[in-house]
Amino acid sequence: MQSAFSLSFSQSSLTPPNRPLCSSNAAPRNLRFCGLRREAFGFSPSKQLTSCRFQIKSRRIEVSAAASGNGAPSNKSFDYDLVIIGAGVGGHGAALHAVEKGLKTAIIEGDVVGGTCVNRGCVPSKALLAVSGRMRELQNEHHMKSFGLQVSAAGYDRQGVADHASNLATKIRNNLTNSMKALGVDILTGFGSVLGPQKVKYGKDNVITAKDIIIATGSVPFVPKGIEVDGKTVITSDHALKLESVPDWIAIVGSGYIGLEFSDVYTALGSEVTFIEALDQLMPGFDPEISKLAQRVLINPRKIDYHTGVFASKITPAKDGRPVMIELIDAKTKEHKDTLEVDTALIATGRAPFTNGLGLENINVATQRGFIPVDERMRVIDGNGKLVPHLYCIGDANGKLMLAHAASAQGISVVEQVTGRDHVLNHLSIPAACFTHPEISMVGLTEPQAREKAEKEGFKVSIAKTSFKANTKALAENEGEGLAKMIYRPDNGEILGVHIFGLHAADLIHEASNAIALGTRIQDIKLAVHAHPTLSEVVDELFKAAKVESPASTTPQSVKAAV
Amino acid sequence: MAVSSSILLPTPSLSNSKSTISFASSVSPSLRGVVVLRSPSSRRRATTVRSKIREIFMPALSSTMTEGKIVSWIKTEGEKLAKGESVVVVESDKADMDVETFYDGYLAAIVVGEGETAPVGAAIGLLAESEAEIEEAKNKAASSSSSAVVVPSPPPATSSPAPAIAQPSPPAAASDGPRKNIATPYAKKLAKQHRVDIESVAGTGPFGRITASDVEAAAGIAPSVTPPPSPPAAAAPTPTAKAKATTTTSSPPLLPDASIVPFTAMQSAVSKNMIESLSVPTFRVGYPVSTDALDALYEKVKAKGVTMTALLAKAAGMALAQHPVVNASCRDGKSFSYNSNINVAVAVSINGGLITPVLQDADKLDLYMLSQKWKELVGKARSKQLQPHEYNSGTFTLSNLGMFGVDRFDAILPPGQGTIMAVGASKPTVVADKDGFFSVKNKMLVNVTADHRIVYGADLAAFLQTFAKIVENPDSLTL
Repeated sequence: MQSAFSLSFSQSSLTPPNRPLCSSNAAPRNLRFCGLRREAFGFSPSKQLTSCRFQIKSRRIEVSAAASGNGAPSNKSFDYDLVIIGAGVGGHGAALHAVEKGLKTAIIEGDVVGGTCVNRGCVPSKALLAVSGRMRELQNEHHMKSFGLQVSAAGYDRQGVADHASNLATKIRNNLTNSMKALGVDILTGFGSVLGPQKVKYGKDNVITAKDIIIATGSVPFVPKGIEVDGKTVITSDHALKLESVPDWIAIVGSGYIGLEFSDVYTALGSEVTFIEALDQLMPGFDPEISKLAQRVLINPRKIDYHTGVFASKITPAKDGRPVMIELIDAKTKEHKDTLEVDTALIATGRAPFTNGLGLENINVATQRGFIPVDERMRVIDGNGKLVPHLYCIGDANGKLMLAHAASAQGISVVEQVTGRDHVLNHLSIPAACFTHPEISMVGLTEPQAREKAEKEGFKVSIAKTSFKANTKALAENEGEGLAKMIYRPDNGEILGVHIFGLHAADLIHEASNAIALGTRIQDIKLAVHAHPTLSEVVDELFKAAKVESPASTTPQSVKAAV
Repeated sequence: MAVSSSILLPTPSLSNSKSTISFASSVSPSLRGVVVLRSPSSRRRATTVRSKIREIFMPALSSTMTEGKIVSWIKTEGEKLAKGESVVVVESDKADMDVETFYDGYLAAIVVGEGETAPVGAAIGLLAESEAEIEEAKNKAASSSSSAVVVPSPPPATSSPAPAIAQPSPPAAASDGPRKNIATPYAKKLAKQHRVDIESVAGTGPFGRITASDVEAAAGIAPSVTPPPSPPAAAAPTPTAKAKATTTTSSPPLLPDASIVPFTAMQSAVSKNMIESLSVPTFRVGYPVSTDALDALYEKVKAKGVTMTALLAKAAGMALAQHPVVNASCRDGKSFSYNSNINVAVAVSINGGLITPVLQDADKLDLYMLSQKWKELVGKARSKQLQPHEYNSGTFTLSNLGMFGVDRFDAILPPGQGTIMAVGASKPTVVADKDGFFSVKNKMLVNVTADHRIVYGADLAAFLQTFAKIVENPDSLTL
């Protein structure tokens, strides 16, 4: 609903209402942006009331300004107020917000609109995961029987599944393109690069000038050296999302989000999976307690085995009647440990920034391992450690937090700044989710991180936990497996981190991430009411289970809610 | 072991995601490797009281647990332990649990360190009764630690369960000398679950790899009922394997109007146990037993409430006492345990189901008490009030279909037991004695099925001979 709200704000005054902008298909995608859009404003609680009123007022004014057109730049000496290189989710988010703020905006795309997320990432993978979730459920006789349902052997058509993923990507890409066209963002086709200060080249030799430039070129799958990707038997997520085959046995190199989600897809479709993880533990980066539980549910009972503490030093694609060969070496001693023979290897070792050929040398910017260095306001830092004026970099290309919605939030933050309102994005309020079955989501610090911080800064840390087993809705769905965990300060009620593993965890995290972004304290939010019976009560229980020493703030809850 | 795996189904509580269970440790004399000595022997206990070093075993925390991982040792070596204190945190397939000690003493040595894994029942640490014994225990740990973390060793030759069926040789993947066995993740998982030594399985999958169906074949079980969906029209690189999978798993279509009746809990349990039995190599030995004397005895004691079941159970119990190997069981394919009690389970058909109430200490209890006990058990079975230990503690099973006129049959070995005896009807039979005189005697055929990993032909024959002697001279039964 938020999406419809904020988008129609600018749109209703601009475009005919029959544009497919707010079609139901676009809703999930946009919902996410706009949830973040809220967070990105990050008001401090004390000023909340006044600043918000002000905000609404100013927004109205600017909407009408935008309505007067994306036609002329406010400063006549430039072609555009803002040029964004890269039309991924980050660039799109920035462009939409820029138009709303009255900037004449262009977006340059050398490939396809939507970038990684829409075409080769979050979006098609959600289509595959939707299939895998259903397969998993239908195959689970015990689960079905407990509902009193009888299902005869569930099967699938690989091409049909693959088509669902590509259709979804196309649909979302069109929605994205249309939403920008509708607002009058100029979509310039061609590879973009920076020629000099405030000057950008795109395509063969089109040069435009802009008051401010945002680099949002994103990333590509990272393939460690020694690994030969042939796109058939040794693949990256780009290939895997096309689902051209379902191998009997697939090795997944890397057990982060990407690897985990694909293991969910492949095992549901009948593959056996071998994880190869360089660190000593699977699922590094998750809260240890969550990753332990997740391993019990997502790894151990499935047809998955794993090798930890090893690098895949050499992977050769299948050829001449041989399977894919994977050489494993010890991550520490570099000694040869094992050789695996599998049908397919999926390289999910993370992503590398896509910053080559951007003309960064023209402005004396040196990348660090490919990432463009930026300060906390996404301003690009040059080789001498100085800020490059009017140049920003958002999203995967700066490597701060390689998530689509983080890029979008960073883009919005930049637009806020160039339109005269200083803004620093609180990255700790950005949620992350892994769409396995069940899902994993998190925001803020993990328990070890929080304890380290607490030690350094001298405050106490408490943990609250609730189980999905105690939730009526989860039990009704026969999905009682799950845990929600909150790390907080008992002295002032600040939420430091929330981690959820369970049914629809990815949707549940936002109550916590919004609370962190808005600075809402536990003693206040625990008084808020949740519909019964819903999964959201898991999070409600979490707030209620916390023991906070300070009393609820005096501001009446109803007034706060109205904000 | 005081920890009965069937009772403990750990459900970790949330506030503290660890539950606590206790382990019992058995006295293990300094002599290593002689399994028999682990069985309680009061005399030995008395004599070795000065040097009591107990082994702390990996407990079975759930019914499906085969091995556990040591999450952390709460106590350090040399630390004093009081009964009931948590000593170690063990991670099973289900949860993390604190394990506490039943005994006071000192944690003398840690045999399996943090992060390491040990099979259920393996020693993970040593408990010394006094400080003075810590050193001794440490030495013991040092000498045994190398063998403590058990690496699955190939089973003895007799148990090689892999049916040596001529398999179509897999597409030879570029013969480059000796290759190690490659097994798929699920194959490894199944092998562990069914205790199949993966090294002994012949791989028939693509590139000669060991697949789940190879392991299932080796374990002698039917392929799992939920096959991985095989994507239609996917360029199948392994036509043979795929074809095999589909032919074996697609059951014939149901006849119209056939009704599908889901298993009851009891039927599921029976089904599971029967499938499990297929992983045990069994053989059968039959023996005719004259029952004239037994029948005469039965007529005499019937009035006192003695049943034929009690008579047979008592006879079996007494014979078992003389042949402990027949009462032994083999759980892991690597060792066998002599059971300290002779518990005769008797198969009973109840309301279409099958249950095996257990006559505990059948060799020790007298006939009348056994009969009384049996009545009680049958009553409880009818009203579904049997406690788990009353139907799953058997060390030997007796199944009698003689009352239906069945003259001989063949029983399936229940999991965890070494032998089962199938008793046929006693029938008048013409027999010729050694002088060539014919006479008519009542004879019944008993047929014993045994686990050949631990019980050999001669063992069974000797046992049956003893059993026959007891039945043919049944006076000892009433003593």
